[in-house]
Amino acid sequence: MIEGTVVGLGSADLLRFYYYLRLTRGLEDRVIKLYRQGRILGGCYVGTGEEAISVGSACALEPDDVIAPSHRDLGAHLVKGVTPNEYMAQYLGRLTGLTRGKDGTIHFGDLRRRIIGFISPMADGIPVATGVALAFKTRREPHIAVAYFGDGASSRGDFHEGLNLAAVLRLPILFICHNNQYAYSVPVSRQMAVPHVADRAKAYGLPTRIIDGNDILAVYQTTKEAAAQIRGGGGPIFIECKTMRMRGHAEHDDASYVPRELLEEWRGRDPIQKFEHYLREREVPEDQLRAVEARVVKEVEEALDFAEKSPLPDGPEALEGVFAP
Amino acid sequence: MPEITYLEAIRQALWEEMDQNEQVFLLGEDIGTYGGAFKITKGFLEKFGEDRVIDTPLSESGFVGAAIGAALMGMRPVVEMQFADFISCAFDQIVNMAAKHHYRLREPVPLVIRAPYGGRLHAGPFHSQCPEAWFIHSPGLKVVAPATPYDAKGLLKASIRDPNPVIYFEHKYLYRHAKGEVPPEDYIVPLGQADVKRAGADISLITYGAMVQQAFQAADQMSEQGVEVELVDVRTLYPLDTDTILTSVKKTGKVLIVHEAPQVCGIGAEIAAVIAEDVFRYLDAPVVRLTAPHTPVPFSPPLEDYYLPNATKIVAKLTDLASY
Ligand SMILES: Cc1ncc(C[n+]2csc(CCOP(=O)(O)OP(=O)(O)O)c2C)c(N)n1
Repeated sequence: MIEGTVVGLGSADLLRFYYYLRLTRGLEDRVIKLYRQGRILGGCYVGTGEEAISVGSACALEPDDVIAPSHRDLGAHLVKGVTPNEYMAQYLGRLTGLTRGKDGTIHFGDLRRRIIGFISPMADGIPVATGVALAFKTRREPHIAVAYFGDGASSRGDFHEGLNLAAVLRLPILFICHNNQYAYSVPVSRQMAVPHVADRAKAYGLPTRIIDGNDILAVYQTTKEAAAQIRGGGGPIFIECKTMRMRGHAEHDDASYVPRELLEEWRGRDPIQKFEHYLREREVPEDQLRAVEARVVKEVEEALDFAEKSPLPDGPEALEGVFAP
Repeated sequence: MPEITYLEAIRQALWEEMDQNEQVFLLGEDIGTYGGAFKITKGFLEKFGEDRVIDTPLSESGFVGAAIGAALMGMRPVVEMQFADFISCAFDQIVNMAAKHHYRLREPVPLVIRAPYGGRLHAGPFHSQCPEAWFIHSPGLKVVAPATPYDAKGLLKASIRDPNPVIYFEHKYLYRHAKGEVPPEDYIVPLGQADVKRAGADISLITYGAMVQQAFQAADQMSEQGVEVELVDVRTLYPLDTDTILTSVKKTGKVLIVHEAPQVCGIGAEIAAVIAEDVFRYLDAPVVRLTAPHTPVPFSPPLEDYYLPNATKIVAKLTDLASY
């Protein structure tokens, strides 16, 4: 895929992809560093090496499509309009984060940006995204819902119940799996006795695609086609993106249970390097790439600065917002 | 006697029970090669093998249901819930299958579910909850919540030997923040017995879990002011040892109940009701509760600090009570 050309993509689109890939990596690298310096609270969750799935798919959607991202989908949040400032403030528990300090790390969302807020119990977002699609279908709105999740999450009952419901009601929803081969310490071979997560979806009657999740153009193209088909009334589709979790489950985990060779192999398939290579082959000028990188460095530092200068919430705010007014 | 951590006490209880009884086995996420999210089962796979230390897929309802089935066959499964918060994913199996089985069919379900719970680690609304009341309210389940290494070890052994489903709430903050003496020889702490952790004649402070530490600090401060607090650690939330609670209240005439879980319909409400019904005549002041407010557990430190009960807030309540 990456050697060819994707129909309809100009260099502005390609640079946009590049920007979001870099921004995702840049923000997460910064958060890892903060974690190492003991400057953040709680756990530290990143999606290093999986950025192409999140960015590529989100870039293929229409603005009013609703996404239900998971914990390695910062890229999709950014594409949907969450700002670096909001992300950093969220991580640092500040009042300016999307949950006003009520929750932390990657546990956020924003319906104004068409994002369903993520919660910890894996796969809980899947039936909810199905309900979003149900609303679209009932009201004859031309949008689709997209649910993201990992290979581990696909063992939960909520995954199976959500997929089945979407299938029998023929709802406009796209399921996107990051198969990064590990769920915490559990390799995918101990997660399920079938080779692909897509095999599980097939059982519910969903059409499936299995693609290279480290190839942003493949992710973009496949999502674009699937979305068009779903919008045309074709019912739900399942895309499994093969990738690799390049760090520990979270930063406290050194992932010593992952064979080093496996990591080395996937390091050579880094989605950002791969895309850069493609951009150079397409003769995208080097200074444009460097300009994107410089912009990202600046935005990341500004976001950290913004977050650190933002106020923490006041204690009594703990009591606010339990119910809608 | 050697001093060990709360975490080590739990590890020892599991190890010894597995060593003594071949029917005891472990199920849960990441408990094998990885040794558990909190490293409690580190080394268990090497010692006991894959049949007895089972790394499960990410499917709580599935593995809790499977544990119930094995228990019905006379095995002694001990399930590790990675975080107590995710016990909700197995709620149906626990409250409908496990809890009602013996009542309907007179067949025991000797199952233990270890649930790491509680806050103070800035882990947000999905990794900090205290969901004990969900289970206390479901007839057929025993619910324990130890506060010290001694109790943690003895209660876990008793839970594993009990023929009923037991939800064993272990507080994550205590893992490394509670140390204490534990005898080297085999012992249990019987389920259903509260423990008077500190004697005093003026106010009964009734609590459990991580709040016991806070209560100790508060009691020491009160003692300096001449108020002697009797600290009752409930230890088992169901069945509740009402005798020990009522005896203490009759002696002191004043009660403060403290827990980290939200107040509405929490165990504190039950304890207050029991006291009001049975020893009202002995009370010199209204029964007082100090708990978390009725909100999810917030993430940001100022919010979580505001949310959680602590020694300072306990002292304030005790001071009010003392002068009532
Ligand atoms: C219901 C539930 N059980 C357990 C956990 C603890 N946990 C968090 S992430 C995770 C592994 C998730 O694996 P996967 O879905 O493959 O996503 P990945 O982290 O690999 O991206 C586990 C076990 C959880 N969050 N939710």
